[in-house]
Amino acid sequence: MCLGVPGKVVAIDGNRATVDFWGVRRQVLLDVVDEPVAVGDYVLNHVGYAIRRIPESEIGETLALFEELLAQDDAADLMAGDVRAEIAGTGAAPDGES
Amino acid sequence: MIDGRGFADDRIGLKHGAGGRAMRALIEQVCLPGLGGGATPGGIGLAAMDDGAAIPVGDRWLIVTTDSHVVHPIVFPGGDIGRLAVCGTVNDLAVMGATDVTALTCAIIVEEGFPRAGLERVYASIRAACEEAGAPIVTGDTKVMGRGEIDGLVLNTAGIGFCDRPVPDSSLAPGDVLIVTGTVGDHGMAIMAARHALSLDGDLRSDVAPINGVVRAALGAAGGGVVAMKDPTRGGLSSALHEMAQKSKVGILIEEAAVPVRPEVRGASDLLGIDPFVMACEGKAVMGVRPDAAAAVLAAIRAHPLGRDAARIGRCLDTHAGAVILDTGFGRRILAEPDGEPLPRIC
Amino acid sequence: MASPDPRAGFAELKFRDPVRARAMVEAMGRATAGIGRSRVSLMHVCGSHEQAIAKYGLRSAFPSALSVIMGPGCPVCVTDAREVDEGVALARQGVHIATYGDMLRVPGTVMSLADAQADGASIHVIYSAGQAVELAARLKEPVVFFATGFETTAVATAAIVLEGLPDNLSILSAHKYIPPAMDIVAATPGLAVEGFLAAGHAATITGWGVFEPFVSRHHLPVVVAGFEPLDILAGLVKLLELVRDGAPAVVNMYPRCVTRAGNLRAQEALWKVFQPSCGRWRGIADVPDGNLALRDRFAGLDARTRFAIDVASLPKSAVSVTAGACICGSIMAGIKSPTDCALFGSACTPEHPVGACMVSSEGTCRIWHQYGGHPDLGGIA
Repeated sequence: MCLGVPGKVVAIDGNRATVDFWGVRRQVLLDVVDEPVAVGDYVLNHVGYAIRRIPESEIGETLALFEELLAQDDAADLMAGDVRAEIAGTGAAPDGES
Repeated sequence: MIDGRGFADDRIGLKHGAGGRAMRALIEQVCLPGLGGGATPGGIGLAAMDDGAAIPVGDRWLIVTTDSHVVHPIVFPGGDIGRLAVCGTVNDLAVMGATDVTALTCAIIVEEGFPRAGLERVYASIRAACEEAGAPIVTGDTKVMGRGEIDGLVLNTAGIGFCDRPVPDSSLAPGDVLIVTGTVGDHGMAIMAARHALSLDGDLRSDVAPINGVVRAALGAAGGGVVAMKDPTRGGLSSALHEMAQKSKVGILIEEAAVPVRPEVRGASDLLGIDPFVMACEGKAVMGVRPDAAAAVLAAIRAHPLGRDAARIGRCLDTHAGAVILDTGFGRRILAEPDGEPLPRIC
Repeated sequence: MASPDPRAGFAELKFRDPVRARAMVEAMGRATAGIGRSRVSLMHVCGSHEQAIAKYGLRSAFPSALSVIMGPGCPVCVTDAREVDEGVALARQGVHIATYGDMLRVPGTVMSLADAQADGASIHVIYSAGQAVELAARLKEPVVFFATGFETTAVATAAIVLEGLPDNLSILSAHKYIPPAMDIVAATPGLAVEGFLAAGHAATITGWGVFEPFVSRHHLPVVVAGFEPLDILAGLVKLLELVRDGAPAVVNMYPRCVTRAGNLRAQEALWKVFQPSCGRWRGIADVPDGNLALRDRFAGLDARTRFAIDVASLPKSAVSVTAGACICGSIMAGIKSPTDCALFGSACTPEHPVGACMVSSEGTCRIWHQYGGHPDLGGIA
């Protein structure tokens, strides 16, 4: 319904931020974002406006929520344990950025 | 006829030129009958709707192709209309199997008021591209039209070349391996970024280049194992694969993660909600290769400067004839066939 | 690849991890089995959820007993033909129209904006609200921003209005507000849906608290979810658990973007500029408070007051007799599937859409047509 794309703020000039979207940069306006935004923050862009500063801690929180969902399941099913071992082995994305 | 659907429009729209289903309907149901059906006994002609025609001449094949070029903007990151016009025709010849270009023609229609310097720049890049491809232009034509009667500049090129064995786009068999010679979507995304004034800043540049060299390397290593080729221009990789699957009556399974896409193109595609697989390439080929030749062909392509990012992206199935299936790593889906000019989305 | 992927460390990639996704799919299977019925229907109310489900091929991984239906979550699909007519009429009156690419092919009563463009009207595709302002500043002729989208998108329109528009720019609002439409769907007689997956980016603006009254009214669970594959899968697992446990509650599975209160600054801008009004949603119904109209103090910026929009002047065309057979409303209400429609794939195709669901790239019928709905992709050696 609403294409929202997260990107990383690389520069700020007044209410205008330059945001890097995985290799492509674009100006994003900060008029309606509800928290102060600094260089290095992630923001969610929709039609040229940042509608949310994405705190890194809450990226972790979302992931933790998912882990919890799977952990509940673990107890009930040994198969899931195998998959979880696989997850532990892959380290799918390094935690460097978050 | 495509999926039994008729060409119902009474006027031509932009979608009819976008390289997808609508365009094929126009060609099959209006252009082809208009040109007399296009049967070419003993060769590959209009009816095959391939990248060019193949006519037997003695014990060899003459490949003929033509292409008109309008692009806005005329100069874009990575090239201009001149380079595009030469490469488009050279590449069509190459994917038919004629990697040595015998001759090109170049016709130009200029809008009144077009700056001389701009025209000289276009000619300079035509010359440079011809040198790169080893393709001589042997004849041409020049017209000027009134202001507003055309948009700046229209170029048409035609080309001929010879080969021992034409490579159609319809000879895939189950088990054949699909190889792409490099990253996809570069040209389309560069043009889209420039055209819609999206103010995207990043290394989005067209891949426009003559691919006859890299195709020659592939054919040389294949020992006849390259059985189908296409250059994925309008409609991108998706259109090319659909055409190959439908004409060859095989299913195609593509591993999404194996398809090379430049990070900037991926970033722009996420941002604009556009699938890079439907965005045009102007310097790539998609090849169907017999399984036993695949490793040698891939190695030969990768050894060429224009083929460093080449990858094995999928294979042909003995089920799902005519369909292109994408394995996303999360599940499988039918790869959409483009059905109009891609537009940036906000939803 | 030639250059290292700059996204390698990007946190968002964690939500695209196929291994975690596989674990989530297994969890989904167990949760569905735990409900113990042969059919469980959930509805998402967001075109971007449908887009992501299709793009990542997630449906092929869903348990066979689980049916995930697309509700009225596509703002382009629910834009009424009458609203498209207004844009088309303005364009044919010689006004420049700026609009999002999604709107271009949406059919009006007679034609789409793309058809009007083919006829010579001046239609400009924009990607951000700010581009409408830039366009007006450049053209110096009357420009109308045909503004579509849900509350998320309306916030951007509100922001340019509050910033001050150039004199030659006005707004034709077709903005929609989701929560009232969810109420209408939830109250549909015969509704088989047992839980709702709510749109994460609309909720980024409104906050997840907006769904609490909905849950108490309808006793159906709501899970707010994001748009990466893991977000969607996790959201569905959570929703299935709530259904299994008979627990009608709101759960936020997208905390990195959604809070309970939402984005207060954006809400302030939204409600300063817009007021809810009753509006027709294509294929659904008249939705009380479902449209967003410019407030009276901005009437001077409203294209509907600035121009005499002559919809009656549009060329008359015999309205297709097939349109009456369109079941878009039932499809968006989740009662029917595209394959239940006699027009699907024959009279109604992406090239010649009859109903709204075939128009938008995120419309249910369009997606089923392109991606094959539930194609059998098994049995591949």
